[in-house]
Amino acid sequence: MAEFFAETWALPAPAAYALAGLIHCALLLGIVATGAMGFIWLERKVSGRIQDRLGPTRVGGKFGWLQSLADGIKLLSKEDLAPQEADRLLFRAAPYISFSASYTAYLALPFAPGWVAFDTNVAVFFILAVLGLEVFGVILGGYASGSKWSLFGAMREAAQVVSYEVPLGMCVAIPVLLTGTMNLTTIAQMQAGWFTNWLIFHDPFTFVAFWVYAACALASVNRAPFDLAEAESELVAGFLTEYSGLRWSYFFMAEYGSMLLVGGLAALLFFGGWNGPVPIFHSLGWAYAPDETAWRLTGFLSNLAGCMNFLTKAVLGVLVMMWARWTLPRLRIDQVMSMCLKYCIPLAAFCFVGVLGWQALGVASPNDWLPAARGGAIAVRETWWWQEAAAAPAGRAGRGDESGVGADTGDVVGGTARRARIAEGAGGAG
Amino acid sequence: MATIDDARTVECDVRTDEMLINMGPQHPSTHGVLRLLLRTDGEIVSWVEPHIGYLHRCAEKIGENLTARQWVPYTDRMDYLAGMNMNLGWALAVERLLGLSVPDKVRHVRVLMAELNRIASHLVGMGTYGLDLGSFTPFLYAFREREKILDLFEEVCGARLTYSYIVPGGAAGDLPGGWLDKCTRFLDEFWPVIDDYHTLLTNNAIFIKRTAGIGVLPAALAIEYGCTGPVLRGSGVDQDLRRDGDAWYTAMYRDYRFHVVVQKDGHYPQDHAYPAVPAEAVLGDSWHRYYVRMLEVVQSVDIVRQALEKYQAAEDEWSTPIKVNHRLPEGEVYLETEAPKGQMGFYLVSDGTAIPWRTRARSSCFANLSVTSELCQGCLLADVPAIVGSLDLVMGEIDR
Repeated sequence: MAEFFAETWALPAPAAYALAGLIHCALLLGIVATGAMGFIWLERKVSGRIQDRLGPTRVGGKFGWLQSLADGIKLLSKEDLAPQEADRLLFRAAPYISFSASYTAYLALPFAPGWVAFDTNVAVFFILAVLGLEVFGVILGGYASGSKWSLFGAMREAAQVVSYEVPLGMCVAIPVLLTGTMNLTTIAQMQAGWFTNWLIFHDPFTFVAFWVYAACALASVNRAPFDLAEAESELVAGFLTEYSGLRWSYFFMAEYGSMLLVGGLAALLFFGGWNGPVPIFHSLGWAYAPDETAWRLTGFLSNLAGCMNFLTKAVLGVLVMMWARWTLPRLRIDQVMSMCLKYCIPLAAFCFVGVLGWQALGVASPNDWLPAARGGAIAVRETWWWQEAAAAPAGRAGRGDESGVGADTGDVVGGTARRARIAEGAGGAG
Repeated sequence: MATIDDARTVECDVRTDEMLINMGPQHPSTHGVLRLLLRTDGEIVSWVEPHIGYLHRCAEKIGENLTARQWVPYTDRMDYLAGMNMNLGWALAVERLLGLSVPDKVRHVRVLMAELNRIASHLVGMGTYGLDLGSFTPFLYAFREREKILDLFEEVCGARLTYSYIVPGGAAGDLPGGWLDKCTRFLDEFWPVIDDYHTLLTNNAIFIKRTAGIGVLPAALAIEYGCTGPVLRGSGVDQDLRRDGDAWYTAMYRDYRFHVVVQKDGHYPQDHAYPAVPAEAVLGDSWHRYYVRMLEVVQSVDIVRQALEKYQAAEDEWSTPIKVNHRLPEGEVYLETEAPKGQMGFYLVSDGTAIPWRTRARSSCFANLSVTSELCQGCLLADVPAIVGSLDLVMGEIDR
């Protein structure tokens, strides 16, 4: 985008980059903030339906869709309170630390091929590291509040989130191990094709690893049954006890932002990212090739559909989190910790080693044996029945090679061959 | 020998300070205005002291300035989740002093109301217990069914919470037409919902983890502290005043069939349709106290069905309650009844005027609360709501 500004408006390079940066930030802020508001509304509706209620129905006419906005206005107009005992500076800084961590992590999250603010080849690492910073806001907020309940919340958060980062990191490393890259765009592109190409179906270990990831992600974003830091029946509101108004809502937005983020990360790492279950755009030849940069309408449409795919998957993840929250009781802190140490870490390590072995021995992925998968892999290059009349098979094949993403030969391909091919793709995109 | 306090000791574990912390009186899980003073070392609670009196309304003293009939609304406000049972306790005590027995028709209506209110009370107990453990949904499911019971009550006496329906000498009025059908319909609807509750909570792995083996109250300790009701039966003591109580009270239930819900040989009566006792559960723990309540709901549904039949079969007249200024004979009376939360006793001394010389209410929750300090010793902070919630306390009854 910076190049675009530099060329069209003849801006000096720093100004062009600053402008592009600002636009990226504004777009992302829009996504995070409106996303959070949408999720708050969704949470109300979902919990309402789960609990045999209606949820909001009045504000903004149908479905109470303006409820979150009304909430926002209410929070804005509240008195800005800081307790007497509080460490003013830290108390005020904490919500922003939490929010910026959650928000910054979005920088490296691709929504579609090329639709990413900061296309880095360490995106996975970046997101994990930055998301880990969110806990600082909570700890500081709890500590600076000068309230014992807040301190309890902060202590729990520190213990819980730091422990769960370990199995979370291991689970996230598994797709990285399989694809040989930390670039989220490449990871997602390599799962193109039929849904059997998604990494969760790659082998039994990745399948288990996803569930471990889901549990750890739930714990690291502090959602029920792991919402111990703000356990309202034990700690009043945990680290949020002394917060009100806008500062409180910043924590809230950070929480919802992280929820979508871990949902999106799951979609990218395990569920094919923006690739739908059926490779429609690839078979049409609309999708961008990994190294393609020129703008074209078909590519844009394919990206738009991909973005929708991605968001659908991420929101589904968030919905599952909401479902869990409104169904399950809360675990106790010792049970949370022992679950991490006794189950999550060993399972994650087992899966990690298993995938390592799977790759090292070159065992074919079961989905390569599946007829559907073969068909799927071939489908990228070969024609659909409605195309056959229109074009010659040779032309189709050529186009398929061009798009090339995740194109299997259709034979049983071992991990090594897969990786080699994938590495080419990564080089092109990176 | 060097001790941990010795300044010369360099190498020792990090010593943490104990923290004194107030849970309540404004706290989401203290069921009103209970204040628990906790001494904690990190998450571990070393000592708990309940402080009460935030809801004290001088009910007993007021009772010494009002006539027996006039005091009925004040009994409502004791256990406000089971107003009918409170009314019933007082009405029976006064009737016993007067030597007044009510006709069968009134008797069956009283049973009907008392058991419906027991269901409502246990539903709140179950729902708020889920809330204490961080599960919000069972609470609303419980309140949904409780609403239907309150609707039934509203139709009978006009009130949804403070009924003042059962009064000495009878009840405020006969059942309205069509009420019996509505009650039957409610019971038919309610029956399958009980299974939902068991799916949501009783059988939930996290729920079992949070409650089984937590706050174990041995039978001897329960008796020592005067615990009653589901708390006592949860410890395996076979005691229910509806069966074992004073003859004046048990006469009310004389031709009813029901089981006292208590574990015998590892089984509860008629528990075959419900989740089995999990392996982790110890007799007397929070899980058992909760489970006893859930099974009592089933028994109450059964009793209500019987009462509906018996009421329709009863042929005697409706009785007239005592007048507001009805003179009480000189003497004293004490009668305990089985309220949903435990044994609710009313004591009355009369000097021969219409106004009692002394009134006293024996609160079951008060005795049940007193065991908190014993149960919470050495537990984790998150266990405190789990234990206090399993006692199913109502502050209105403790403070009166």
